[in-house]
Amino acid sequence: MSILDSKIPEGPLKDKWTKHKNDINLVNPANKRLIDVIVVGTGLAGGSAAATLAELGYNVKAFCFQDSPRRAHSIAAQGGINAAKNYQGDGDSTYRLFYDTVKGGDYRSREANVYRLAEVSTNIIDQCVAQGVPFAREYGGLLDNRSFGGVLVSRTFYAKGQTGQQLLLGAYAAMNRQIGRGKIKMYTRHEMLDVVIVDGKARGIIARNLITGEIERHSAHAVVLGTGGYGNAFYLSTYAMGSNVTAAWKAHKRGAFFANPCYTQIHPTCIPVSGDHQSKLTLMSESLRNDGRIWVPKHKKDVEAIRNGTLKPKDLVEEDRDYYLERRYPAFGNLVPRDVASRAAKERCDAGYGVNKTGEAVYLDFAAAIERYGKEQAYVKGLNVEDKALVTKLGKKVVENKYGNLFQMYEKIVDQNPYETPMMIYPAVHYTMGGLWVDYNLMTTVPGLYAIGEANFSDHGANRLGASALMQGLADGYFVLPYTIGDYLAHDIRTGEIPTDSKEFDEAEEKVRADINKLINNEGSKSVDHFHKRLGKIMWNKCGMARNEKELKEAITEIAALREEFYKDVFVPGTENEYNEELAKAGRVADFLELGELFAKDALTREESAGGHFREEYQTEGGEALRRPEFRFTSAWEYKGKPSDAVLHKEELTYENIEVKERSYK
Amino acid sequence: MNLTLKIWRQKSANDKGKIVDYPVSGISPDMSFLEMLDVLNQELIEKGQDPVVFDHDCREGICGSCSLYINGRAHGPQTKITACQLHMRSFSDGETIYIEPWRAEAFPVIKDLMTDRTAFDRIQQAGGFISVNTSGNTQDANAIPIEKHNADMAFDAATCIGCGACVASCKNSSAMLFVSAKVSQFALLPQGQVEATDRVLNMVKQMDDEGFGNCTNTGACEVECPKGISLENIARMNREYLSASLKG
Repeated sequence: MSILDSKIPEGPLKDKWTKHKNDINLVNPANKRLIDVIVVGTGLAGGSAAATLAELGYNVKAFCFQDSPRRAHSIAAQGGINAAKNYQGDGDSTYRLFYDTVKGGDYRSREANVYRLAEVSTNIIDQCVAQGVPFAREYGGLLDNRSFGGVLVSRTFYAKGQTGQQLLLGAYAAMNRQIGRGKIKMYTRHEMLDVVIVDGKARGIIARNLITGEIERHSAHAVVLGTGGYGNAFYLSTYAMGSNVTAAWKAHKRGAFFANPCYTQIHPTCIPVSGDHQSKLTLMSESLRNDGRIWVPKHKKDVEAIRNGTLKPKDLVEEDRDYYLERRYPAFGNLVPRDVASRAAKERCDAGYGVNKTGEAVYLDFAAAIERYGKEQAYVKGLNVEDKALVTKLGKKVVENKYGNLFQMYEKIVDQNPYETPMMIYPAVHYTMGGLWVDYNLMTTVPGLYAIGEANFSDHGANRLGASALMQGLADGYFVLPYTIGDYLAHDIRTGEIPTDSKEFDEAEEKVRADINKLINNEGSKSVDHFHKRLGKIMWNKCGMARNEKELKEAITEIAALREEFYKDVFVPGTENEYNEELAKAGRVADFLELGELFAKDALTREESAGGHFREEYQTEGGEALRRPEFRFTSAWEYKGKPSDAVLHKEELTYENIEVKERSYK
Repeated sequence: MNLTLKIWRQKSANDKGKIVDYPVSGISPDMSFLEMLDVLNQELIEKGQDPVVFDHDCREGICGSCSLYINGRAHGPQTKITACQLHMRSFSDGETIYIEPWRAEAFPVIKDLMTDRTAFDRIQQAGGFISVNTSGNTQDANAIPIEKHNADMAFDAATCIGCGACVASCKNSSAMLFVSAKVSQFALLPQGQVEATDRVLNMVKQMDDEGFGNCTNTGACEVECPKGISLENIARMNREYLSASLKG
């Protein structure tokens, strides 16, 4: 019997959340003033949670490692946010959003959580508009929508290619209102380095002031982690340089189970790697697949000619191009979900059809869209639709209005004009569906310790659909956690302030200091980045888009060996009592070196393919992911000292409201 | 490429600071400016020296962390990009490049090229929000149609990334472009009208209290803004401020 209790409320799916809200304990406004909550991370999830908890009356202490809450990496989300508003009248509904999300996650997420997400999605849009978030509008003044991968409706709200920025600034503004009122105490340039557990409950954190190096104790009645995902274990990713797993990993080491670490999203449309110096990869929004067509040449001789520069891609005639997504998936075409699109790109490149020097790039072509829009414009304006130059000019204008900032970004990085020649793209690590295991209340296996947004595992199963991360972050922070946390805090109204001079705080602080001393006094010879890059190579080559038993076993051995070498030979300059980025990085990489091993172990034990987790041994004849019914569970790992000793707990997944089928986009 | 870097080094806020020369070689034109600094820092670490400190995070031009004054210009020689989006192909082999932090009284240096920009946060806390509770119990998002032109202008103002290039470029270290971008976003939307009077008065007061200078309409901020925030926002804020003052 599993020791995991997901606490899913009884009753029909559509009534669960309402019923749960009616059943749980509340804390009266006067008592809320006596209760402290720590929120770590100020992205969409953490920022919206901090603002809402403060507004409800709790005393909030919020922490971020950046110099301002506004810089959390949610800011970089481009494409949009889903909501089942059905403003387009194209048949959308709460159920359909729920269905698409569960199917998109390859039937590896929890029905009740996903349904709740779909249910509150519409509130998010109302809320954000009320806050002054400037979503894109149509000429009639109403909100505009576009379509994303894996769905057949237009339910994505957006603000050009900067939706994440606008939503985060909305949450940041809500936080600012509470900071101004003194209800949130904001700690910027602070990094959480441990959770403090007192009598089995999360009662505070140990944080390091990144400017002075001071180690600080902060207590609270509950701790909320909105600290994002762990994709930087791969070194190269679309994450920010500072994104890390440290907060979640420290929580794991204190008893929070880590769920499905191997579920990683590799996004199909990123700018390809150009050289060894590269520090990060840049995403080109999924929204581009609304209009861009993905292809590689049909014949190897053309691939050669393109690579050596004797043939320009735009001169290759239509019949010699392979629009492989349209060929393999006629129903969804270029808008298949991310995992499917990424694997298809890898398949073509592995077969030798990659179009750049490294052989790892495919084309994303806007020529057809430019012509289509141009003709439309010419027709509307009563001009000659046969005039090619005119049509191209008009078409480019339309494309610029839609994707101008993305095209500009591409041109700055690659030094090629995507209006004239197709973009080159290749998949890159973008998001992690896995994370801390949480129950329906978003509480981890440690009482009083919550995980929200990308930091938890709950809503996306084995693959996340586009424009759903922003939805989940804000749903958790604005509308779910503020309710569910009250149920727990209702028992703390008489507890009083949590003292920080207890032996538990002493022990946690000592441990943090010891870890820092070890790193700073290590007289090694190699930089932190040296080890991080090597870890990234192992992860990408052996735990990336396609995995197999042999390589996963190698990865486990190699990561363990690398970790040992890291502690022997890493060199961290400077001291602990000053701003020291290398020291902060060293601590983060040390945690990635443990997480990486658990990641590979999780991928090894999941003997099936599902969503972003593709095991070469388990595929259909057509090369699609082959799910296995005996693996219809969430893997939640318990820390036992070393990643190799971690113990697996299974949460069985049941589907009562959705028929589990082969996930087909053909 | 081989380059000579002249970089501002300052141990702490109280240190005097000075320019130090660093030669770098083997730089690829495809590297971003920050990746070029990574190369230098790896060399310094290998030699056991302190790496150069600079703010950076997303490295795709949206978080607003990076804040380098390169050859006398905020974010370097190109327009409408941040330092992390600047690539070395914009420089020539053998060039000498000066790299300094933002210079403004309200942005004290923390270390080397890193400054304290929390003054911007405090201005936002003074009024850069709409006081609506986050309960979700608001009216339907489509209940108020908003003219597309105004919605688009509000969006353009809202794309400010809070990097501070406007302040660094201004001879008076004025924060008018930054503050007016927020004031304009809300002034252009019906949701922002209710608190318009207090917002502009409070934000401008906080701006002055933080020690930012006055605006003398030279327009340097608009030229150097990586997001192309328009000077029109300053004009709009001045109108808002005037009418609020008359009311208040």
